[in-house]
Amino acid sequence: MKRRNFVKLSGLGMGATLLPAGLVAGHRISAEELLNSGPDAAVKKRMADVALNAAKSKGATYADVRIGRYLRQYLFTRENKVQNIVNSESYGIGIRVIANGTWGFASTNEMKPESIARCAEEAVEMANANAEIQLEPVVLAPQKGVGEQVWKTPIKKNAFEIPVKEKIDLLMEVNGAALKNGASFVNSNLFFVNEQKYFASTDGSYIDQDVHRMWPTFTVSAINKQTGRFKSRDALSAPIGMGYEYLSDNPAEKIIVPNGPTVYRYAYNMIEDATAAALQAKEKLTAKSVPAGKYDMILDPSNLGLTIHESVGHPLELDRVLGYEANLAGTSFATMEKLQSKSFQYGSKIVNLKADKIQPNTMGLVGYDDEGVPCKQWDLVKNGVLVNFQATRDQVHLLGEKESQGCSFAESWDSVQFQRMPNVSLQPHPDKYSIHDMIKDTEKGIYILGRGSSSIDQQRYNFQFSGQLFYEIKDGAIVGMLDDVAYQSNTQEFWNSCARICDKDDYRLFGTFFDGKGQPGQVSAVSHGCPTTRFNGVNVINTGRKI
Amino acid sequence: MAILSQEEAKKIIDKVLSYSKADEMKVELTGGRSGNIRFARNSVSTAGATNNLSLSVTVVLGKRIGTSDINEFDDASLEKAVRRAEEMARLAPENPEYMPMPGPQTYAKPQAFVETTANMKAPDRAKLAGASIKSIMASQLSGAGFLEDSSSFNAIGNSKGLFGYHKNTSVNFSLTIRTPDGTGSGYAAGDYNDATKLNTGSLTDIAIQKAKASQKAAALEPGKYTVILEPLAAGELVQFMIRAMDARTADEGRSFLSKKGGGTRLGEKLLDERVTIYSDPTDVQIPSSPFSAEGYPHERVTWFDKGVVKNLSYSAFWAKQKGAKPLPEPSGFVMTGGTQSLAELIKGTEKGILVTRFWYTRWLDPQTLLYTGLTRDGTFYIDKGQIKHPVKNFRFNESPVIMLNNLEALGIPERTRGNMVPPMRIRDFTFSSLSDAV
Repeated sequence: MKRRNFVKLSGLGMGATLLPAGLVAGHRISAEELLNSGPDAAVKKRMADVALNAAKSKGATYADVRIGRYLRQYLFTRENKVQNIVNSESYGIGIRVIANGTWGFASTNEMKPESIARCAEEAVEMANANAEIQLEPVVLAPQKGVGEQVWKTPIKKNAFEIPVKEKIDLLMEVNGAALKNGASFVNSNLFFVNEQKYFASTDGSYIDQDVHRMWPTFTVSAINKQTGRFKSRDALSAPIGMGYEYLSDNPAEKIIVPNGPTVYRYAYNMIEDATAAALQAKEKLTAKSVPAGKYDMILDPSNLGLTIHESVGHPLELDRVLGYEANLAGTSFATMEKLQSKSFQYGSKIVNLKADKIQPNTMGLVGYDDEGVPCKQWDLVKNGVLVNFQATRDQVHLLGEKESQGCSFAESWDSVQFQRMPNVSLQPHPDKYSIHDMIKDTEKGIYILGRGSSSIDQQRYNFQFSGQLFYEIKDGAIVGMLDDVAYQSNTQEFWNSCARICDKDDYRLFGTFFDGKGQPGQVSAVSHGCPTTRFNGVNVINTGRKI
Repeated sequence: MAILSQEEAKKIIDKVLSYSKADEMKVELTGGRSGNIRFARNSVSTAGATNNLSLSVTVVLGKRIGTSDINEFDDASLEKAVRRAEEMARLAPENPEYMPMPGPQTYAKPQAFVETTANMKAPDRAKLAGASIKSIMASQLSGAGFLEDSSSFNAIGNSKGLFGYHKNTSVNFSLTIRTPDGTGSGYAAGDYNDATKLNTGSLTDIAIQKAKASQKAAALEPGKYTVILEPLAAGELVQFMIRAMDARTADEGRSFLSKKGGGTRLGEKLLDERVTIYSDPTDVQIPSSPFSAEGYPHERVTWFDKGVVKNLSYSAFWAKQKGAKPLPEPSGFVMTGGTQSLAELIKGTEKGILVTRFWYTRWLDPQTLLYTGLTRDGTFYIDKGQIKHPVKNFRFNESPVIMLNNLEALGIPERTRGNMVPPMRIRDFTFSSLSDAV
């Protein structure tokens, strides 16, 4: 399914995707095939060995193999109609080699020994052809083979085992709740992904991983035909590394904001949120247009997650810092010199940002990256100071490090792996402090929830973000809804204006399936956690226009 | 194998259609190959090649629809795909908006396949990338670029006798060149069906020149400026507008084309009278597929004529509701222009800003079609018809609808990202803040 069709069918705005990207690809299959576990590890090991041996025999000094079976299920509805149900499978092998000091890559969906061997040879041939224009040989950080390993996302309910009818019934109930509460239109969707990934390398690793992710979401619109105005509100759910258990009602996982919305941690009540969304979309039709100026911004994790993604996650990717992304996504203001100074004040002293690929429930949670490196967590910004980047095996030596940080990822078996963002999260403040306390302590502010329009420059300085819900705060209380709000800042100024961070009880996840990067474009899934956070004196613009 | 001839494609489609007695059935075949090379820091970074051939079968039982895809082509696999689609159709809920498939259609014959492009191989790509890198290094600059070529076909057939076949080639090259001190950056890009039209040398020269000229940019205050948008920048905003011309969304009251009180703005003059935009799959500069995924023909369609909204795109379902003809969204568009070159547009500008390209452009409001984004890789101040100096990049907040009402002049259209777009001089273009990014 092409991304453009995906966005159109889902009813999500273009802002639902973070960058131009490739395809949500695969072959449509029947529902029960989603439960087929695919070839067992012994079969995959034999196929991997065919590839590794063929590559070595043609002169490769290193080779790795990814055998991937990617299962996806998408359900699209609007009002009382099911627009589409898509079950897809994509299965094949990608082989990457180093020959003549140069990378080569080839892939095939013909899983016969002779096709796999030929594919490995093609990868070596490509490396040899391109060695002509390679300035320096690839340097690969050592990675000891980990032998045969198995890893699985710790889910409680496999979403693929839930009957389609149950899922459709849920979406119809969601749509019914929205329409009953005044929505003019509603699109609701469920997305489920299961990546069965087998990795093997000439280092001696044979790693079998079973990764699960999901996203329940909707967009509710309210129309006033007399005034010609329309407003929408998207779900406050998070794409998440959990099973179907995420779609349950658990009061302990709910936070009810005084005079404001209800937000969710690790249990999402989709019907309740759709009901609220319909009422709020209607309220937005008559909300006050924001006067431009400086405000203290209280950002919910459903909003700040995207800002973390763009203003911290991307600028600290080592391949950008070095210039490998210059032709598309750009470079980074966070240069090597700033890291080496050990004193670059990325944010205020309460700002601690971690990279973490082992954090439970996150979209980026895996046991090993796509180079067979065991996953871990590490500091990116500590007490406000920049302390590290994110790197892969072939770049980490440029940081003076000897070990990869495990940031390699490929969208599918037919795409080459490269440096992708791990989960990057703002750490909660150790002092007890709730969203209630934060609103009470704010004199002139705006409280923003949900992801909206987002844009940031190619070195990650200047950004502009919007949201779904905007509440005006005056003298410690929410006094009403605002409209036409977007906040603009410079990354370093913004993070240095970080004044208060709530505690761990308010910590929640934001996530995306569609972080785009690379040429040809690839998408990856990632989460960003944080509690509600306040940034003082941020510039707010009014985006209302007339045509 | 990946590129099937029309006869080969029809044979497979007819065979698959014979496997079912469903109420309706559609078969699509797509295949092709693509190759790419990417470089950065004046050295190759990644490269790849793929081949693919895929079959998609859609079966309709009453108003229940099932689709199955497969990429194996022996008889047993083809039949398996049909049985899976039938099974999915039996399981699917009825779709009340289902529309019967169209019967035989007449399609245009665009010339979109060029043998030279189809024959490109890894050494050809390495040679083109290598030549570009050589020029960049000779200028003591640092370059990052991407070259991708592909050849593909698609064929469609259904149980009502419809059949269509189209093949296509494409090649695109883009590069960004930066100065060693990090204060200058230049960009150039080209895309064609015919690889012989791609001149990587001249594109590299443009990017080198822009990188050198954009060093040590001065800051200007944000505000409203007269701008000259090169086709790459202008085309991005116009494309967003063309993609938002869906009739149903407009009728439902949630589009920039919705009318206050109900209805659409079809027939209204919405843009400057110099704005005419049409699509035509047979256009020699941007040939594209003559049929949509549903099998409806892509024909020459005028979307805006002298600023007036002339057509909206209709799905088959919405067309029936409104008594209109199904009209698919175009895959590319042509915006007519003037006779001036970019250099002449610059010469005729008293004071203004030249924009090479935009970056990270995202919607802010679908009602006003307001977008935000930033300038990038070559932004220059023009004074009395001359480029005076580079300026720091700006964030813009602007709507293509407002922009195309503030038109001062149009230049000669150029192909950019599969569209034909003229350079434009626009007054009162809104830059809302400055960026230090280079």
